Amino acid sequence: MMPTSLPTHPLARYLLHLADDQLVMGHRNSEWTGLGPILEEDIAFSSIAQDQVGHSLAFYEILHQRYGLDNPDQTAFNRPENQMLSSWLVEQPIGDYAFSLVRHWCYDQAVALRYESLSQIQDPALHALATKLRGEVKYHTFHAHTWMKSLLHGSEESRLRMLSALKEVWPLALGLFESWPGETDLMEEVGTTGQGWYPGEQKLQMQWQARALESMASWGVDVEASGLQRMEPVLGGRQGYHSEYLAPLLEEMTAVFRLDPQAEW
Amino acid sequence: MYGGGYVPAGAEELKAPAENPELLAQFEERIARGEKIEPRDWMPAAYRKQLIRMIEQHAHSEIIGALPEGTWITRAPGFRRKLALMAKVQDEVGHAQLLYSAAETLGKSREDMLNDLINGKSKYSNVFNYPAETWADVAVIGFLIDAAAIVNQVANSKGSYGPYCRALERICYEESFHLKQGHSVFVWLATGTSMQREMLQSALNRWWEPIMHFFGPSDTMSQHTETLMRWKVKMASNDVMRQQFLNMYVPKIWELGLSLPDPALRKDESTGQWLFTEPNWDTFFQVINGNGPCNRERLAVRKVAEERGAWVRAALRRADARYATPLA
Repeated sequence: MMPTSLPTHPLARYLLHLADDQLVMGHRNSEWTGLGPILEEDIAFSSIAQDQVGHSLAFYEILHQRYGLDNPDQTAFNRPENQMLSSWLVEQPIGDYAFSLVRHWCYDQAVALRYESLSQIQDPALHALATKLRGEVKYHTFHAHTWMKSLLHGSEESRLRMLSALKEVWPLALGLFESWPGETDLMEEVGTTGQGWYPGEQKLQMQWQARALESMASWGVDVEASGLQRMEPVLGGRQGYHSEYLAPLLEEMTAVFRLDPQAEW
Repeated sequence: MYGGGYVPAGAEELKAPAENPELLAQFEERIARGEKIEPRDWMPAAYRKQLIRMIEQHAHSEIIGALPEGTWITRAPGFRRKLALMAKVQDEVGHAQLLYSAAETLGKSREDMLNDLINGKSKYSNVFNYPAETWADVAVIGFLIDAAAIVNQVANSKGSYGPYCRALERICYEESFHLKQGHSVFVWLATGTSMQREMLQSALNRWWEPIMHFFGPSDTMSQHTETLMRWKVKMASNDVMRQQFLNMYVPKIWELGLSLPDPALRKDESTGQWLFTEPNWDTFFQVINGNGPCNRERLAVRKVAEERGAWVRAALRRADARYATPLA
């Protein structure tokens, strides 16, 4: 059975967008398997992809148990495109390594912030889960930072490629922080600190941007001249409107599953 | 996976300068005593050459083997299968990393090895020149090709070259999980709907000949083979390994009510040996020489990956580049 509509409960909708982002991002990152620029990166992207798909599974499981969504396999592998809440950033093809690396850096820093805030939720199960997942994402951001720095400092060519990828990724990355219905309700939920645990998308974006720009400046990127701060976000994903790339991705991902959705594989 | 199906060099290719007879005798005594040879130890040139060739082929087989299975990661049905396949193929790429390092201890760089893969100078296991057409191919590769590779690798892990043996021990340990993964997909398809069962039977029919080819043709007991066995480079004959494989896995396939496309296949209970129709060895050599269904595609994909990643490797090689430490 497919869910006929998106969850109305604000927390459920938020968890669904986290889950969908992680699933689609993990799927994309797994496409580097066998194709990385060096074996070590092949292996690293595969590890990160496994974490991400694993995280999506953990969220789908909670959505299934608490909010009446279908089981994780059905929710992930048997849902129409317009009920997916993934961002445009994660849907984009892997492109060249510079694009995938910059996306990974932007994306995992945003995930780290979301998990930081989620780990202040009062709900014990979600608190424990967010705390555990934060520990894993820490390695993703280590990895991304290390490579961003190396390639921004590597050669003239690598620096130019990275700068050009940054400009390509940035507006898509801003779209991670699209506002969504139920956002203000979720902001009112009190967390373990006695204040709201979820700061809202605008505030998350400001925190994310401050961290990202600070790192870039430390790597010698002229942030002002790059024009990043004047870019507009690419929106739509959190409302179920997607780029041209999601439908073929879902078609591929569900190709075997759909041969017989009731069969056990 | 994915070792095995090793393509040996001709005796001519391994002709080495005459070795110091005293050193050669000491070397052979060490091996006879069961000692391991380590990178800085003296070794005959032919031993070094043969090992580089063998380990390099094994490493190439791991990265090329990741391609047919890798294409199914994005299509694996359901979380359990998707996560397991991602981890499995990642292991294989990790094995390549271990094996290239082991081969580097003998004096050939990873870069040279990868260049020789792309320019066709060095080989990889023939079995990866066949397409993985359906999800059931993932089951057959994961279960039976990995099983065949384990037979080969367990034998080789008792060889004489220390770094290769140690890499193989770790690889075999991980392979045993791959075998479970492959077996699980295999059994679920075999016991699933009629569509799933047909899918599996058809994959099995397609893969049987490549599997029979996997261990290579019957060994001719040449002086060359004899030397390699004495040096513990080659640990078991192709026929012995093929028999071991058939003995362990044919009953498991038959138990599930599946068939194999060889009417002559049976165990001769009086000798304990399996009888089978000899696979077409012309096909085998055709595929080795680049004319299999996927040889060109596999190398082309690898070549594109190498070319597209060249700027990354060049940037890392810069002597004046600052070393970036992770932000702890």
